[in-house]
Amino acid sequence: MTPAPAVRPRQSRRPQGSAVADAVLLLIGACFVLPLLWLVLGSLDPAAGHGTKLPQQPALDNFAAVLTPELLFRPLVNSVLLSVGTGAVTLAAAVLAAYPLSRYRSRFNTPFLYGILFGTCLPVTAIMVPVYGLFVQLQLLDSLPATVLFLSATSLPMAIWMTRNFMDAVPLAVEEAAWVDGASRLAALRSIVLPLMGPGLGVVFIFVFIQAWGNFFVPFVLLLSEANQPAAVSIFSFFGQNGAVAYGQLAAFSILYSLPVLALYVIVARGSGNSLALSGAVRG
Amino acid sequence: MPAPHHGRQFARYLPVLPAVVLLAVFLAGPVLWAFQASLTNAGLTGRHARNPEWVGLENYQRLLQDPVFPLSLALTVLFVGGSAILGQNVLGLALAVLMRRARPAVSAAVGTAVVSAWVLPEIVAAFAAYAFFSNDGTLNQLLGGVGLAEVDWLYAMPMLALILANVWRGTAFSMLVYRAALGGVPAELTEAAHMDGAGAWQRLVFITLPVIRGSIATNLMLITLQTLAVFTLIWVMTAGGPANGSSTLPVMAYQEAFKFGDIGYGTAVASVLILIGAVFGAAYLRLLREQKP
Repeated sequence: MTPAPAVRPRQSRRPQGSAVADAVLLLIGACFVLPLLWLVLGSLDPAAGHGTKLPQQPALDNFAAVLTPELLFRPLVNSVLLSVGTGAVTLAAAVLAAYPLSRYRSRFNTPFLYGILFGTCLPVTAIMVPVYGLFVQLQLLDSLPATVLFLSATSLPMAIWMTRNFMDAVPLAVEEAAWVDGASRLAALRSIVLPLMGPGLGVVFIFVFIQAWGNFFVPFVLLLSEANQPAAVSIFSFFGQNGAVAYGQLAAFSILYSLPVLALYVIVARGSGNSLALSGAVRG
Repeated sequence: MPAPHHGRQFARYLPVLPAVVLLAVFLAGPVLWAFQASLTNAGLTGRHARNPEWVGLENYQRLLQDPVFPLSLALTVLFVGGSAILGQNVLGLALAVLMRRARPAVSAAVGTAVVSAWVLPEIVAAFAAYAFFSNDGTLNQLLGGVGLAEVDWLYAMPMLALILANVWRGTAFSMLVYRAALGGVPAELTEAAHMDGAGAWQRLVFITLPVIRGSIATNLMLITLQTLAVFTLIWVMTAGGPANGSSTLPVMAYQEAFKFGDIGYGTAVASVLILIGAVFGAAYLRLLREQKP
């Protein structure tokens, strides 16, 4: 038999199947876009409320009103400090921890990795009350560096797991060649292994950065003064004292605050990072 | 020569130390502290804040008598079951299956829409969902537009609104997992079934789903754990109200500790949540071990 019969049904099924699939998908997609539409339209409408409507006089007033040091720049700088700090600390600790776990065989590896994986399962919101208590006792409340360390600890399990998987993909032979040339283990790690893991490390960093950038509950509980609060928390300043809410400005601020993570996600997704991140995260 | 061997082993694993210290101080520490503090009357302010007294299992006894606790537990189960296990899981699978049949452009556009809701910072997603379901929000505009009665979703049906909002927020994860899983199903299998006259549903139920059952189990575990911990969405949309009508365990723990200032009781609620998470986490690890040959 020729393979023709196997091909024909697929060709005949595609066109008719796809019309229905297209319609259903577009309907579901519309439901997902609807709540976002309010953000976009509201940000352009100086008289925005809860409802979604086309602005009568679309204007950039909301963006102009938000572009002040207190409302936008200081919270964003705090967000950058928190997220870059968390990304850097997490990545450094994860690379160091992943190296022995990836390169040496030991009875220690499997229990440690399963312990790490168990750590990823911990509901972080459940430990915020005890963490607050801990921070009070150690007098670390309202400290950006301490909050960075806590955020790093929460993202470390996943980061170690992903980094080790990416490091496993770098063949040991490449590294051994460098040792033969007289490089130390550390030098080989820095000059050979890490550059080869570049895209993987980028994914881990962006993954941690996006999580820290978007996190609301942790800074909400641990950072009390306005001077230290990131954008996720300062967004509440649009709820006035007497219940008046500047919805247009809230929407404009939300968009400006969301743009960095949207851009980073696009960068990761472009480099087929979706499957990369998933393979690093989900597969053992 | 065990001593030098152990010494070398220790030196080799030295780089793990920073990670272990961070995890011990900021994750394991608070968990242990939670179990300990839940046995005291620690307060947020006042004299019990500085000198908490040991009260034994009093907080847990109070938990069992508190009518809010069983309600909160039930709401948590409803929230996880409705939004994660049913909503995100089924919709994510449906999206992944449809995307393989639809035109690539449509599939890419819809994929972007679904993922955007997931990538947005949680506070922004929460405000968008709040505006969507609020009394004069988009949903009521749509209902009014087609002549249906408007509903004050956040007061009359807070759990339904929260479940739908969390499906909107989190389906992208399941969709991505299932897209990857479906990509790994050998085409010969489904084509052979097609030749034997199996319809689309039969192929899905009898061929595709059994092949990707590992991914289904992993996905269910991960989204259950993620949904168990959802706080911001609920806090912004309903703050647990009206009258505790949507106060899941994370919200209840937060309110007891920070609104009513009872850290001891709040950590008791948090400890229950940690234990539930630990049970699911252990089940997840078992699952992974079984999947690995």
